[in-house]
Amino acid sequence: MDFLIQSLGEAFHMLWSLDPELYYIVYVSLYVSFFSTIIASIMGVPLGFFIAVNEFRGKRAVITVLNTLLALPTVVIGLFVYAFLSRRGLLGFWGILYTPAAIIIGQVILILPWVATFTVSAVSRIDDRYRRTAMTLGANAIQTSLAIAREARFGILAAIIAAFGRVIAEIGIAMMLGGNIKGFTRTMTTAMALEHNKGEFVLAVALGVVLLTVSLLMNIFLQLVQGRYGGNR
Amino acid sequence: MNRLTLILCVLALLAIGPLSVQAQDKVITMSTTTSTEASGLLDYLLPEFKKDTGITVRVMSKGTGAALRDGMDGNADVVFVHDVAREHQFVEEGYGTKRYYVMYNDFIIVGPDSDPAGINDAPDAVSAMKLIAEARKPFVSRGDDSGTHAREKQLWEATGLALADVKSPVDAAGWYFSIGQGMGPALLMAEEMQGYVLSDRGTYLQYKYGRQETYDLGIAYEGGDMLQNPYGVIPVNPEKHPHVKYDLARTLAEWLVSDRGQEVIGSYQLQDQPLFFPDAK
Repeated sequence: MDFLIQSLGEAFHMLWSLDPELYYIVYVSLYVSFFSTIIASIMGVPLGFFIAVNEFRGKRAVITVLNTLLALPTVVIGLFVYAFLSRRGLLGFWGILYTPAAIIIGQVILILPWVATFTVSAVSRIDDRYRRTAMTLGANAIQTSLAIAREARFGILAAIIAAFGRVIAEIGIAMMLGGNIKGFTRTMTTAMALEHNKGEFVLAVALGVVLLTVSLLMNIFLQLVQGRYGGNR
Repeated sequence: MNRLTLILCVLALLAIGPLSVQAQDKVITMSTTTSTEASGLLDYLLPEFKKDTGITVRVMSKGTGAALRDGMDGNADVVFVHDVAREHQFVEEGYGTKRYYVMYNDFIIVGPDSDPAGINDAPDAVSAMKLIAEARKPFVSRGDDSGTHAREKQLWEATGLALADVKSPVDAAGWYFSIGQGMGPALLMAEEMQGYVLSDRGTYLQYKYGRQETYDLGIAYEGGDMLQNPYGVIPVNPEKHPHVKYDLARTLAEWLVSDRGQEVIGSYQLQDQPLFFPDAK
């Protein structure tokens, strides 16, 4: 138990003294997670919205497929994308394996089903009367969609934040596609795994503290947004 | 309630099962470097050891740094590693009882056949490393405090290049990649980048010939004193950690340096090449 307390002390010292290596790792993690979440949201929110508001043949099948994809293990995605991006793979000529871009591609595949599924359920929960009221008031299709999106915004925001939490904490994709290259693709999770492999714990504990803090801040942010604008609902 | 009782009974059985096996069998835990496992040596060696002594060895393979750390924390009964300086330190600090010198193999510099840095004809390993740095061709570093990484650091020090705190070249941007992973991932990454990597010969041969996939890097530089790679085995000191199974660990160490153990090590081959050379004194 001693070593945990000792490591914790040294970890806080490391955080306090603005250790450049530590903060660069945090930066890479935030950067990669931010862009994968943005890209997945740009694709996933409209997709989920489309599925939720339209009736079409095979809708249930599409939702079932999305739900299944929620359980995709990160190492499977890692392996799959690796096979494409490897020098021998179809997209090998891009030469982006072991770069942050490769991690982002893998992570987008990981969370796209999350964003889409949760958007579907957030939008489906909105009473159909909103849609009809908007249309009776003379709104066209786009205005109607915007009205529904406004109503479902907290659900969608929660989906995006959950997706961000998922990617910043995942390790399989970051390790397999990023390769844990120091000062380039080393993220918080891969760095923690490495430090454990080396038998060193201080940096790992410091990163664990940062990881928890980021999650906490995201959730506080979500609570604040909901508290301020969600109270009158 | 009945269902709950049933579940509890099943859980209890599950919990007791592995424990009772452990109590009866002679089992020790060995923390070792990735090279002994990835090269296939342990899969060949340990069944023979079990045949002779009835002792099962559970293997955790990591970098040498982590393996020694396991020994220091009492998480392993015996360590089997390759970093002479740290091994002696480990014994001197009282974590291990004695270092048994078991065998050696050698390091090689693996690289593309086209040899873009021109190290094939380098006079020695240090010059070869220096040529890679000067040509700024991709070099993958283990960066994980393993024995191979330790050797790489010694080589960089000998080149006289400006080095950072962690003994990597200061001028590293764009060609020197420190990945903090095992020998296998490092070899694969070097292949992807068509770059160079310092590897132990055993793991390299395993990746080159022991798999279904092809591996298209070759040996770019080999030979010389600077690339010798001795392995030692150290039982963890029971005075530091009373729970370790010292007797069984010592049996393993003494078996490895015995005529029988040495013969088994020497007979392990891949593609008709011996991977390790028994050298117990």
